[in-house]
Amino acid sequence: MSDHPSTYQPGTAIERWLDPRLPIIRFGADLMSFPTPRNLNYWYTFGGILAFCLGVQIVTGIVLAMHYDPSGTGAFLSVQRGIMRDINYGWLIRSLHANGASMFFVAVYLHILRGLYYGSYKAPREVLWLLGCVIYLLMMATAFMGYVLPWGQMSFWGAKVITSLFGAFPLIGKPLTALLWGGYSVDDPTLNRFFSLHYLLPFVIAAVVGLHIWALHVPGNANPTGVEVKSKADTLPFHPYYTVKDLFAVSVFMILFAVFVFYMPEALGKVDNQVMADPLKTPAHIVPEWYLLPFYAILRAIPDKLTGVLALAGAIGMLFILPWLDTSKVRSMRYRPTYRLFFVIWIVACAALGWCGSQEPDGQIINGLAGPVLIDYDINSVTWLSRIAAMYYFAYFLVITPILGLTETPLPVPDSLYTPVLSHPAGVPAGAAAAPETKG
Amino acid sequence: MLRKLFAAASIAGVVAMAVPALAASTQAPLKDDVHWSFESPLGMYDQVQLQRGFKVYKEVCAACHSLNLVAFRNLGDPGGPFWNAKYPNPNENPVIKAIAKDYQVADVDTDSGDAIKRPATSADYFTPPFANIYAARAANGGAAPPDMSLLAAAREGGARYIYSLVTGDGTEAPAGLTIPAGKYYDPWLSGDVSSYYKGDPHKTPVGSFIAMPPPLVDDRVSFDDGTKATVKQEAADVSAFLQWASDPKMEERKQMGVSVMIFLVLFSGILYASYRQIWRNVGH
Repeated sequence: MSDHPSTYQPGTAIERWLDPRLPIIRFGADLMSFPTPRNLNYWYTFGGILAFCLGVQIVTGIVLAMHYDPSGTGAFLSVQRGIMRDINYGWLIRSLHANGASMFFVAVYLHILRGLYYGSYKAPREVLWLLGCVIYLLMMATAFMGYVLPWGQMSFWGAKVITSLFGAFPLIGKPLTALLWGGYSVDDPTLNRFFSLHYLLPFVIAAVVGLHIWALHVPGNANPTGVEVKSKADTLPFHPYYTVKDLFAVSVFMILFAVFVFYMPEALGKVDNQVMADPLKTPAHIVPEWYLLPFYAILRAIPDKLTGVLALAGAIGMLFILPWLDTSKVRSMRYRPTYRLFFVIWIVACAALGWCGSQEPDGQIINGLAGPVLIDYDINSVTWLSRIAAMYYFAYFLVITPILGLTETPLPVPDSLYTPVLSHPAGVPAGAAAAPETKG
Repeated sequence: MLRKLFAAASIAGVVAMAVPALAASTQAPLKDDVHWSFESPLGMYDQVQLQRGFKVYKEVCAACHSLNLVAFRNLGDPGGPFWNAKYPNPNENPVIKAIAKDYQVADVDTDSGDAIKRPATSADYFTPPFANIYAARAANGGAAPPDMSLLAAAREGGARYIYSLVTGDGTEAPAGLTIPAGKYYDPWLSGDVSSYYKGDPHKTPVGSFIAMPPPLVDDRVSFDDGTKATVKQEAADVSAFLQWASDPKMEERKQMGVSVMIFLVLFSGILYASYRQIWRNVGH
């Protein structure tokens, strides 16, 4: 909170006593009065929404753990008989937790897209961005292990498929999978360690969220124009302006959440998971939860297992190195129409990968049309669509982003993030008269 | 314009991923000739139908299928087949007590330590028809009948699937498909029957093989409320009962959902008004 002088005045006697000893009230007060750009739109409310999601997951998760039995014979019963039928409001707590995971990912994906669009990852916010990437990685690990706990068919076989991926690494592969499994296959020890880690990781996430918010308060918020705060006139105190806006957004988000919890609690799940895990019976079609589908598609697109695993890791790795791939001096895509177009295509590619991940690899895109077979698969197949989309996914980061930053001509960037007179007529970029940037 | 495009594309992208894509069609379209009282967002179970369905379960399905997650008392829970407001504690419901009494459960005699059988009480769970999975397999040609507690939840289509299957018609083998001995054709269960099919490869039938013969005939049970027990009636009623067994808290869930929705919409309205009030003189 570099250039944000504290405005807190200890009022009561107890505050005056506490402040020199532990300035915790000052800390909270400074957080609330933190100067925040006045032009943040609704895309910036997902941070608050995500904090809400994490809170819901931790509270409901703690209650579920009170009633859960992490054993191969007891897990399914404790969930389906105990929690879902016998425990008061167990169905509600579990529905909040299971659908809450999906809501968490909906919010995190929109939060990431917002960061990508407005260039929030650029200097001086690289550490803020990296911490966000770490949170996302931890979320995926936590969600994956949580999905194993009900010990249904998809829990078991999903765990088997994903943990087996680690076996692709030379030399360390075998000992690594044995360590993950606690044995030579997915069994009770696997379930026990997944339960333990599933309880631990959310608190690690909470700690990294603390760092993420700290890293946010050093340079302060970015904003839709990408222009840094220049004077006090550009900002508003976080409270009450953004507390009320975030609360409104959380409330609207809760409506969507409640539609799933109360009216379609199983819509995002798989019917196979309502059958107890059976190590001798492989389900016809093993698919991960929706939020992991794009990565699953990338994994399957590559014939060699190890290369596939590396591509999967690389797809997430792209986000980590993005701040150093983007060469443009202009932060926000509002002023980068060409890059924006490539970005929209990138979102379409991600959605296509997600769809491919849910389909059989040799499923046809256009029904009844057989094309030539290339690298094990028909050209007209889900696998080839994933290959094309995956190539675009990587090209967007490794080729388009670095080159376009140097070659495109951006639109004129305003002088300041807020120009009182010109701000409201929508569509007219504020301060359009400013000297246009030529290159980069 | 492009900003709106971006917004639309990103929301559509995330939503498209979230909504499970329609799986490549490996199952036949489900029969659609029954109205299900519980399907709409506010739809509830038809209690009389659940009672008829329970009778079909008890007299037909229970010969082979267990119902391990359901206790007798659950039949008298709110939303259940024998819920009666006079008995908020379903263990005291005389109908439930009478149903339980007919089942024998394994127990231990505390005086002698001998394994005994005693009549079930409302608090006991339904007793399975077979002692263990091996006995279940041995008695059913190697395929153990699945537990029915979550059957409707464990099949695409839920009650519609069960109804489509147990009404029987439509399970005749299509030309070119050889049905293995002791198996029956189930076009509504996702699977792969191509290795048993000889014919036009573009017209490979969808579906799977199961070990259960069509279980219902007209008047297999006699309904206490006088409803004529046609195959369709029995099938619809038992499907509704199994839907209840899979989702016994549905009524409580949907009712609570209404209050939650009303609250959230009002709360959002108040917050929006507060937001407008606080930001009224602030340029942004």
